[in-house]
Amino acid sequence: MPRIALFISQRLVKAVFVVLAIAVFNFFLVHAAPGDPAAVMAGEAGAADAKFVEQLRQQFGLDRPLYEQLGTYMSKVVQADLGYSYRQQRPVFDLLVDRLPVTLSLTLTAFVLALLGGIALGTLAAMRAGTWSDTAITVVGLTAYATPIFWIGLMLILLFSVNLGWLPAFGTESIGAGYTGWEAFLDRARHLVLPVTTLGLFYMAVYTRLTRASILEVRDMDFVKTARAKGLPEWRIVSVHILRNAILPVITVAGFQAGHLIGGSILIETVFALPGIGRLAFEAVLQRDYQVLLGIFLLTSVVVVVFNLLTDLIYSLVDPRIEVAP
Amino acid sequence: MSNRLRHFRQTLTAAALAAALAAPLALTVPGVAVAQERGGTMNIIVQPEPPILVLALNQQGPTQTVAGKIYQGLLTFGFDLKPQPELAESWEVSPDGKVYTFKLVKNAKWHDGKPFTAHDVVFSTSKLLMETHPRARATFSKCEKIEALDDHTVQFTLKEPFGPFLQAFEVSSAPMMPKHIYDGTDYKANPANATPIGTGPFKFKEWNKGSYIHLVRNDEYWKAGKPYLDDIYFRVIPDAASRAVAVEQGTVQQTQFNDIETFDVPRLKGLPNVEMTTKGYEFFAPLSWIEINTRNKPLDDKRFRQAMMHAIDRKFIRDKIWFGLGRPATGPVNSVTRFFEPNVRKYDFDPKKAEALLEEAGYKKGADGTRAKVRLLVMPYGETWTRLGEYVKQAMKRVGVDVTLETTDAAGWVNRVSNWDYDLSFNFVYQYGDPALGVTRTYVSDNIRKGVMFSNTMGYSNPEVDKLFAQAAQTNKDEERQQLYSAAQKILVEDVPVAWLLEMEFPTFVDKRFKNAVTTAIGVNESYDSVYMVKK
Repeated sequence: MPRIALFISQRLVKAVFVVLAIAVFNFFLVHAAPGDPAAVMAGEAGAADAKFVEQLRQQFGLDRPLYEQLGTYMSKVVQADLGYSYRQQRPVFDLLVDRLPVTLSLTLTAFVLALLGGIALGTLAAMRAGTWSDTAITVVGLTAYATPIFWIGLMLILLFSVNLGWLPAFGTESIGAGYTGWEAFLDRARHLVLPVTTLGLFYMAVYTRLTRASILEVRDMDFVKTARAKGLPEWRIVSVHILRNAILPVITVAGFQAGHLIGGSILIETVFALPGIGRLAFEAVLQRDYQVLLGIFLLTSVVVVVFNLLTDLIYSLVDPRIEVAP
Repeated sequence: MSNRLRHFRQTLTAAALAAALAAPLALTVPGVAVAQERGGTMNIIVQPEPPILVLALNQQGPTQTVAGKIYQGLLTFGFDLKPQPELAESWEVSPDGKVYTFKLVKNAKWHDGKPFTAHDVVFSTSKLLMETHPRARATFSKCEKIEALDDHTVQFTLKEPFGPFLQAFEVSSAPMMPKHIYDGTDYKANPANATPIGTGPFKFKEWNKGSYIHLVRNDEYWKAGKPYLDDIYFRVIPDAASRAVAVEQGTVQQTQFNDIETFDVPRLKGLPNVEMTTKGYEFFAPLSWIEINTRNKPLDDKRFRQAMMHAIDRKFIRDKIWFGLGRPATGPVNSVTRFFEPNVRKYDFDPKKAEALLEEAGYKKGADGTRAKVRLLVMPYGETWTRLGEYVKQAMKRVGVDVTLETTDAAGWVNRVSNWDYDLSFNFVYQYGDPALGVTRTYVSDNIRKGVMFSNTMGYSNPEVDKLFAQAAQTNKDEERQQLYSAAQKILVEDVPVAWLLEMEFPTFVDKRFKNAVTTAIGVNESYDSVYMVKK
């Protein structure tokens, strides 16, 4: 068996146990919060009697002992059944599948743009360290990093949507416009501009700073001098010699952040009224919709495990000195 | 200018003139169809997103607003809380107040085409709602029998007279449900719950969860020519600042209840494209108060509670925290609810009186100037309540009472208050037009039930009050009821089982092009069959 296949299969076996352990932990975590879905629904109805609450607890299975509930849940999880949201009257899997496209189109776009833009800007800033362009990039990056993300979102809405009227302020599409085909795609893309920019700015700031710092460390090393001495063109020195050696920390952080792609955009989804996973998770917390919350946690933990594995693989591609070892 | 163009211009002017003349006319004389053209789409905010739309199974506020367009009740109520016909075209009450007979409209149909009959009413009130709806359960359990006399006549026979029985037929209190779809099924698990079927002017079309709910015109609606609108979209916008932007931009044409934070209200009121009204909440008429756990020291002492009433400036709360929305409350009944009694003990804002009462009760100032310490569990229903918590802390500090603020989320709040694990908290409940429906439950001792929210969670108990409330509900003679409720209010205001704050008002913002949105005491929960859009 080739080394890499062995590595992947061993890591996957470990991952299964990790994910199951996380599921058990999550189960106790969500049940540790005070109140339950029945209490929430009674609170929302503005009126209740004893029968109302009792019926709800029975329907949600909350009248059973906790270990029994855990047993039921885990036996479903191993069969890849994420359970049922009684509050929303739908299987959790369907709820997640409904929300995933919105979240992924937001976070993936923002992630890719931020990664590319961040590396480019960071490289530019590092290669011209000390000049005005370096200062400009650093200041903008620091501001984007330090400003609360929802505030940036609201300000962008005020500027581009309220004052200038160029872009829609929220939602994923023009509701009731009845667009089809190319028009519908463009409409959706226009709705994504502001949220993607808001989220992307934050990530981009992180990558810019990392890339810049990392390149500054590498650019004066001996092998760079050698490359210069050989008379290589500057773009080749930067892209092949410097960047390849400086990129590892960026990949590490990108790997972490990729794990957050699913749930890491609650604020953006709230400000821009996007029906994504982040909001689903947030509402599930408030509503104590245990099954939905556990489903999202499980999905997130799977994504984190997968991206960790991918990050390790990418390391060895970028830097052949790093070998994969089970 | 060519003749044709001039002719065109003249026609346009004439049309505009006609529309301008007809619009005010239609406002004063409802039912005049001149200006009420077909067509138009209305976007309304819905917040938070309802879990399901079947009104019989879920009575959350936003559910009522959306489902009120799909489902209907037998009656609706004018601003004066007098019953008006809806699915019942007329009704009779026997002189002893025990038998209620309703004549139903004959041409109403369910959205699937089946006729609406008396059997649906009997099924809804005697079976389905008894199983799923706490408020309806409380009312219809008072019935000895509910029967269909013919296809369009229903008779309710009560075990004993119940004053507010008619109020129980408002749409959210008793939504009519289709028997042919629900009878004999597990109501909560019925697959039809995903596509609600009612008799209302709008039909369920699509629900893009997290984004919008789309209702379309019911072409088979039983009121000829109605409704006027083609579509209603309920838009889910979770962020308060974004909701305000949506109103400013005209993306949405209506907001209601708490959609707009109080601090945004003055700004939005000035917009040229919308109109604000606080009418249309008379049926709910919520009253807010500081919930007081009368089991705990020092709150078990009446004088301590009276001191709280004097220490807190309700006018300040109205003007500075609610930005002018609402009226300072004087007692347990909202002044727009029936049987309100104005002549009760007055608690003017007077910290000196408060301190005197505290002295009298034996709460002397300690070395650090503190008389007593209490905890306040802030209600997690938005910024405004947090501000209120901060104000109460300061106000009580002035009279020497140290208040510790505690925070939690909705589930934690319900859990703690309903299990009596608190000193002070905030609360507000709907009064449903009649003390027997929305006031009694807070103060009578047989409603002290652990684990049940919106019961007598304070643990207040006064046999005299219990008796008065019981007697007042068991008669339908208004004069007699007024006397009994007046007596009860006087005792309650003396006892201060909760410290009443405001008779709450909610702002409804409606785009000026849309008319007739708020016409009854249930306001935005109305069916909207007479709402129309003025096209410019």
